[in-house]
Amino acid sequence: MDISLFLVLALNGIQYGFLLFLVASGLTLVFGIMGIINLAHGAFYMLGAYTVYWLVGYTDNLFVAIVLGLVIMLAFGYLLERSAISFLYKRDHLYQVLLTYGLILVLDEMQRIFWGTDFYSVPVPQILSASVPLTETQDYPVYRLFISVMCMAVAAGLYLLIGRTRLGMMIRAGASNREMAQVLGVDIGRVFAIVFSIGVALAAFSGMIGAPVSSVYPGMGEQILIVSFVVVVIGGIGSVKGAFVGAMLIGLADTFGQVLLPDFASVVVYAVMAVVLLWRPQGLFGRA
Amino acid sequence: MSESRTVASLLLAAVAGLALFPFASDEFYLELFTHFMVLGIFAMSLDLLIGYTGLVSFGHAAFFGLAGYLLAIITPESEAMSLWVSLPVCLAGVALAALVIGWFSVRTSGIYFIMITLAFAQMTFYYFNENVALGGSDGMFIFTKPTVGIGGFEIIDLGDPTTVYYAVLASLVACYLLLSMVLRAPFGRVIKAIRVNEHRTRALGYDTRRYKLAAFVIAGTMAGFAGYLEAVSTGIVSPGHLSWHQSGLVLILVILGGMGTLYGPVLGAFALGLLHDQVQDVTVHWQLVQGIFVILVVLFLPHGIAGLVARLARRGAALAERAREPES
Repeated sequence: MDISLFLVLALNGIQYGFLLFLVASGLTLVFGIMGIINLAHGAFYMLGAYTVYWLVGYTDNLFVAIVLGLVIMLAFGYLLERSAISFLYKRDHLYQVLLTYGLILVLDEMQRIFWGTDFYSVPVPQILSASVPLTETQDYPVYRLFISVMCMAVAAGLYLLIGRTRLGMMIRAGASNREMAQVLGVDIGRVFAIVFSIGVALAAFSGMIGAPVSSVYPGMGEQILIVSFVVVVIGGIGSVKGAFVGAMLIGLADTFGQVLLPDFASVVVYAVMAVVLLWRPQGLFGRA
Repeated sequence: MSESRTVASLLLAAVAGLALFPFASDEFYLELFTHFMVLGIFAMSLDLLIGYTGLVSFGHAAFFGLAGYLLAIITPESEAMSLWVSLPVCLAGVALAALVIGWFSVRTSGIYFIMITLAFAQMTFYYFNENVALGGSDGMFIFTKPTVGIGGFEIIDLGDPTTVYYAVLASLVACYLLLSMVLRAPFGRVIKAIRVNEHRTRALGYDTRRYKLAAFVIAGTMAGFAGYLEAVSTGIVSPGHLSWHQSGLVLILVILGGMGTLYGPVLGAFALGLLHDQVQDVTVHWQLVQGIFVILVVLFLPHGIAGLVARLARRGAALAERAREPES
């Protein structure tokens, strides 16, 4: 493998890793703080992509569409938590898996009713459509760099929100002892609804920002869901740091696997997971 | 009459009803019911893990589909193969796969177990979905039905839907009896203890990991048996049989029917199947109905249909008790 190919693969792997991290962070956040295992996370990713496709049709501007779409998805997540998820906190994981699986079926069918089974593409905005030349023959599109930058920005924002704000303090209090936080006057129901809607928004945002690269199609949520589960399991469920390491590992393993082991490309990711779990059953940064 | 005896007599009545069903049914419903019973076996095998051992597997379809693929691979295109060869080969293959997947999976627990089983099932799915030699996403046909002969005489013709129906019904009853026996044996007591409190069971000196692995292999092999029956009765196997939708479906059947009862999951298979059959005539958006249905069951019927039946049986027993009281 020559060096420029290696460079492109590494860049692609890292960028994919960032996108995976964005999806997986929502998943791990909702689990780590609320103890809810959310299978519908991929469906929210898909919903984000379709919403942005739909809004770009009206606004003709990806950035405006993303902002509008995020508002919609935050509200959607809040309502969903209040109307269904909030009944599951005391139940076994099994019921959480089932309810969110039912949610996938509903959302998938809704997507089919509203948008059909066609593939759609979302254009890359004009100002980000350039490419950076890496070598004489290899280019790297600016939009992919933009995705990585946005993911880093969101990760930093999340870190600040949870570590440095009053809301973040309430979230951490609720995660460590729900009853005690409630006794101290924190409206935990509302805090958890906000956490869940942030989780939904993170998934949707990944779908939105990834839409110009991956295009928008039925079943896109499923694929990302399974991969982000692998990421979360590798990193340790509930650990945001673990999600980051896992996402990079999987992003690179998948990208290089497709070139080096084309026959087993889709198996590589799962093999990595099996090896990690054999070594550390609770994930790299998980608490045993 | 006690609750368990009420349930037992209801089950006997249900089996008798199923045995008489072919006389009253057309071929379409006969094949549909065959399919429900196969799903019933599949769901029952998962109940051993979820309802009794406390292991929530989200990758059970891997074994179901794998058995079908093994059958498709070993069956020659032009001549039939004996069931006495193909069934043991398929089951052995599935048991081996369950042993390997289980060996990795039982090291984890809770949420990790759910995810790792899902990941292994996905791995199997992608392997078959992308392997062009094995039909890729189209799947494979099984051109000839297995022959069932003793001493050169053909005793069962698996080409006839009614015969297949009875064979599957007999398998369903046999699987139920087998699992009941397993659960009554000392082994069954240990796995039930694991579900209630694994630490304490280990403290009592049981190597719980080995018991969990054994339960996983039994359940996986039985799921493979269901997959074998499905492949024989439909003559086709596709990656859809291994997909996580299939794993999700069978999980739904177990919960809908009522876990930890063995017969509940079979009820679930019939209930959801019949609902599907009814809804199909009205709308093409079956998934929407199914999704809403699943959500409602989780929210309002966590013990499933069997829980409902048991509650009614209890109430019936109490009523009978009260009716007898004035005489004494």
